[in-house]
Amino acid sequence: MTKKRHESLGLSDEQVIEMYKMMLLARKVDERMWLLNRAGKIPFVISCQGQEAAQVGASFALNRDEDYVAPYYRDLGVVLAFGMTARELMLAAFAKAEDPNSGGRQMPSHFGQKKNRILTGSSPVTTQVPHAVGVGLAAKMEEKEIVSFVTLGEGSSNQGDFHEGLNFAGVHKLPVITMVENNGYAISVPLDKQLACESIADRGIGYGMPGISVDGNDPLKVYEVVKNARERAINGEGPTLIEARTARFTAHSSDDDDSTYRDMQEVEKARENDPILTFATYLKEADVLTDDSLKEIDDALKKIVNEATDYAENAPFAEPESALKYVYEE
Amino acid sequence: MAQMTMIQAITDALRIELKNDENVLVFGEDVGKNGGVFRATEGLQDEFGEKRVFDTPLAESAINGLAIGLALEGFRPVPEIQFFGFVYETMDAINGQMARMRYRSGNTESAPITIRSPFGGGVNTPELHADSLEGLIAQQPGVKVVIPSTPYDAKGLLLASIRDNDPVVFLEHMKLYRSFRGEVPEEEYTIELGKADVKREGKDVTIVTYGAMVHSALKAAEQLEKENIDLEVIDLRTVSPIDYETIIESVQKTNRVVVVQEAQRQAGIAANVAAEIQERAILHLEAPVIRVTAPDTVYPFSEAEKAWLPNDKDIIEKVKYVLNF
Repeated sequence: MTKKRHESLGLSDEQVIEMYKMMLLARKVDERMWLLNRAGKIPFVISCQGQEAAQVGASFALNRDEDYVAPYYRDLGVVLAFGMTARELMLAAFAKAEDPNSGGRQMPSHFGQKKNRILTGSSPVTTQVPHAVGVGLAAKMEEKEIVSFVTLGEGSSNQGDFHEGLNFAGVHKLPVITMVENNGYAISVPLDKQLACESIADRGIGYGMPGISVDGNDPLKVYEVVKNARERAINGEGPTLIEARTARFTAHSSDDDDSTYRDMQEVEKARENDPILTFATYLKEADVLTDDSLKEIDDALKKIVNEATDYAENAPFAEPESALKYVYEE
Repeated sequence: MAQMTMIQAITDALRIELKNDENVLVFGEDVGKNGGVFRATEGLQDEFGEKRVFDTPLAESAINGLAIGLALEGFRPVPEIQFFGFVYETMDAINGQMARMRYRSGNTESAPITIRSPFGGGVNTPELHADSLEGLIAQQPGVKVVIPSTPYDAKGLLLASIRDNDPVVFLEHMKLYRSFRGEVPEEEYTIELGKADVKREGKDVTIVTYGAMVHSALKAAEQLEKENIDLEVIDLRTVSPIDYETIIESVQKTNRVVVVQEAQRQAGIAANVAAEIQERAILHLEAPVIRVTAPDTVYPFSEAEKAWLPNDKDIIEKVKYVLNF
């Protein structure tokens, strides 16, 4: 019998089940946040939906106990894979004191968690790229066998910080993996109004690094290119730029109506290729999961999301006076 | 005690801290082999190697952005912005990112970064080289702004800045780099941030100032002494946060204040100082708090800067105004 695709990548059945669970959990947390937003319980949602395969596939190719990530606001799948819990994400969505990202101080989905080496970001996009490059430089100086993984949307790849950061990483051959999650839209602006080159990956050559474009709907393909990029980085061969081609299933955010600028049939068509459904099909065909076990997973994740929601909703807010703290060292 | 210029005192402080703390890194445009366009980092790459003292590509946003990444990994970066007018290219990294790191992470992260940068007028450099832009940074809580006026202060304040656990923008007035020497101890010492220094004690009028204007104020004081007018000159040293206690104490003694800054009237620090004095000590004032500043125009071409910059004569005029009010 020929080897199954995940086996030829060195992934066990348990690992791909774990990947699938992580993707589905990201989706379920995200969907719950929309419900809570529409019910008037949380102020804002910005989604990962449609990009979970790229996020989780990439994360599993990294050393999730040692590598650093500088995610962007859609990377719910990345931060879950790096150890943030559904409960912690819900605490952030409700802006509660116990939120480990910022204690309810940052906007939702501005992820950051020191213990899981998730770098906190800023609202103007792409500021995370030079930060990740700094971590890459630190890793190189300290001769640590780690990489710094930074993600962004394709819209962000037009910002100065993208070019300044990648150029530095290229010059110093730093262990930095940059993954652009190309979902085709910068809020409302479509790809053909954003860049003149065919692919974001084309930009790699300008910084002296390989640029690889990959189907972001397939977690195994993303896993493979990130795994190779990590090996290059650890071997001192320098950074890699990866474009993961994805789709955005939702409006830009809970405050946006995408029907004003795109044909909704386009979204329906993208959903036919929903990475969570196609990966479930693969896992069934590969005899890793059955309809029954898929249902069990679904039920178990539903419980986690319910528990997380209840916990966060009932958790206390930060004291208003605490807003005056932590400006300088105290 | 050694006699040093301010630039020598700065190099000395960098050398001491590179030696003391292996996490200190010095980087920026031309700071390595070239030793910086003003030679502030001269010899440091030879002494400490390319890993600790290195040239970056010409990209200000990347310089401070990667400083944040390095700081989060436990380093103590000391990046240089070649001229402070170029700070507009990296304002976000300073005011938008490093200044908020501690706050937005709920005190789990911090960014102990010291950004050094030359600025200031009177040396025939054009706009965006000479501009006094300290007010831009001082508007942002979470980052400190330090401006030394003497070689002694430069060394002690720079060492304190690098050791501080919050970000500091350390501004070096170009006119003071080599214009005079001062006594500087060879050993290490720090000067507390956030504390003003009374550079001259007096009883008649308080001058609150910082940077190169400290020297204009001292020059004015020397001349006024001949007319039996006794100025107290306060050097803020740290312009954010400001040491209001020292200012108010002095105002309560002299009852008259002139605030002097090189920046334009609508920019900078003086407006805040004046507002704070009237809020805290209005009953001690015998005259309005007067400001001496540059006019609200774009920094001029070299031939005009002498006329444009505030000087000791402007200070004397305003001192007499508050005395005769």
